[in-house]
Amino acid sequence: MLAFILRRILQSIAVLVAVGLVAFSLFRYVGDPINAMVGQDTTMEEREQLREKLGLNDPAPIQFLRFIGNAARGNFGLSYRTSEPVGRLILERVPATLELSLCAAVFVLFVGVPMGVYTGLYPRHWSSRLLQAVSLIGISLPTFLIGILLILVFAVMLHWLPSFGRGDTVHVGWWTTNFLTWSGLKALILPAITLGLFQLTLIMRLVRSEMLEVMRTDYIKFARARGLTNRAINFGHALKNTLVPVITVAGLQLGSLIAFAVVTETVFAWPGVGQLFIQSVQFSDIPVMAAYLLLIGLFFVLINLIVDLLYFAVDPRLRSQGGGARVAGH
Amino acid sequence: MASPSNNPPLLEVKNLRVEFPTRRGTLLAVDDVSFDIAPGEVLGVVGESGAGKSLTGNAIIGLLEPPGRIAGGEIRLEGRRIDNLPYEEMRKVRGARIGAIFQDPLTSLNPLYSIGRQLVETIQTHLPLSAAEARTRALGLLKEVGIPGAESRIDHYPHQFSGGMRQRVVIALALCAGPRLIVADEPTTALDVSIQAQIIALLKRLCREHGTAVMLVTHDMGVIAETADRVAVMYAGRIAEIGPVRDVVKHAKHPYTKGLMGSIPSLGVRTERLTQIDGAMPRLTEIPKGCAFNPRCTERGSRCLVERPDLMAAGTSRAACWLHDRGGVGVPIPKETVDA
Repeated sequence: MLAFILRRILQSIAVLVAVGLVAFSLFRYVGDPINAMVGQDTTMEEREQLREKLGLNDPAPIQFLRFIGNAARGNFGLSYRTSEPVGRLILERVPATLELSLCAAVFVLFVGVPMGVYTGLYPRHWSSRLLQAVSLIGISLPTFLIGILLILVFAVMLHWLPSFGRGDTVHVGWWTTNFLTWSGLKALILPAITLGLFQLTLIMRLVRSEMLEVMRTDYIKFARARGLTNRAINFGHALKNTLVPVITVAGLQLGSLIAFAVVTETVFAWPGVGQLFIQSVQFSDIPVMAAYLLLIGLFFVLINLIVDLLYFAVDPRLRSQGGGARVAGH
Repeated sequence: MASPSNNPPLLEVKNLRVEFPTRRGTLLAVDDVSFDIAPGEVLGVVGESGAGKSLTGNAIIGLLEPPGRIAGGEIRLEGRRIDNLPYEEMRKVRGARIGAIFQDPLTSLNPLYSIGRQLVETIQTHLPLSAAEARTRALGLLKEVGIPGAESRIDHYPHQFSGGMRQRVVIALALCAGPRLIVADEPTTALDVSIQAQIIALLKRLCREHGTAVMLVTHDMGVIAETADRVAVMYAGRIAEIGPVRDVVKHAKHPYTKGLMGSIPSLGVRTERLTQIDGAMPRLTEIPKGCAFNPRCTERGSRCLVERPDLMAAGTSRAACWLHDRGGVGVPIPKETVDA
């Protein structure tokens, strides 16, 4: 078990270094950063001096090691656009994105899983068929369109909810939160639904098909023959057996929610890292882009690590195999 | 071995019909089956695959898989009708009054829960016991079914047990709320031959000690001969012959049973070839007119082609064959030769 965790952590670090290489290559191959920093009337000598000062003349591997070393200490340099430290710029915006993603994830799990269980238990009922049909819409409509439609209905026509921004936020230490004000909570609803809808339909369909499969197994039939209550069978025996694939997908989904918040944040003018990233792309603000890339990589790696540990909590068959075995389908 | 036939029966099955609605019409998979099981009696049910023996078992425990359904007849347990109970009422009967054992012990247990948890859960569903009392009872059962080191094994998970051990756990689960009847559907088919005998002996001993009756569904005549008090032979959804096990095995009354017994190799007698019954059991869609067995029967007559025999007295057994009717089979008709 411990060896397994250690191995996974080492793998995670390797993944992060690889992501770092991609981020680093942005500096080298997406335009010349000197051009972005200096004015048009700067002489070649001055440019060369700046180049030397920034260490851009050193061999690439040295530069890469320096980049990774700085990144590990949270130092991503200065933004080309605002000349502020990139670390601080991102840290200011991380709470907005994480809170939005968290709300979307809660929406996905607490609505999607019960819907999946219901449609899996009563596949022939008309309401299950209706949910199945509606979920197709969720899968096929693009996120930005859903966002715009929601804004049109609930903000423009009904005036129930705000159409953009975070509303009022409260500082808790360096973290800014939406959860403590009424307007902040209201502002979360539409973006969270927009962000989560696609994932919700995915998880619902996954849980449904897993439930259908589990309900056909012998141990469910035997549980019925033992006279257990429907509640114990459906939620105790069946749902738990669907959890391993569901946890796998839910983990990946949480990562995607954070990464793909870009679109939703743009539609709702949500001041998160996704919006910062879009602005940085427009300005070729490479340090911010590189830092964003590493941040998302870090989130994915962390989530996957947690998912791997959850397998052990759910499935006793993995615990006894010395921790080396992987779950099929992952 | 004598069946206590003077007691009121524990289970009465009367004119049971199980049908499957399909697109091409309704299939009658169990057709007019009647039998009793006395308290503490072991009734063996044999027949080829598709003869309706498992379906009869499933109908009794109320777990026919849709779209299969009971289309007629009645099932009574201790005099109370159970075939038409609402799901929730029947749930309280299952496990508590009727236990079940299925074919494959490897897949009968939920892999994610320890066997102790599954036992305690079942016990607490049916008996008003505290968690600690239920655990004590579970431990006692595990010892009774012969799990070595039950105290430490109770918290182990199914994958940590061998197939034979798992079937012992399944038996403990079936017995844990003290049912009066156990429906055992091919309980040894998935096991090693060496384990089969142990499991059968265990089941037999436990049921005798607890006074539990058993409906033992199998296609293994050896198991039946060793275990059962009475035996019912099923063919194409009907009972072909039913009677005390010695009589059915030694003096079969129905030509089908005779063929079945002839196909069992015996050590004492040297034979060149085992007898086999030519042909195959008809599909449910193509059950012939008259006696369903007539195309394969060596003793058939004109009557067998038009009139379907019901069970009738034949010595100490009852057989569904015109040979035992005063009218006989009519004009003998030699069996059509079937290409092998």
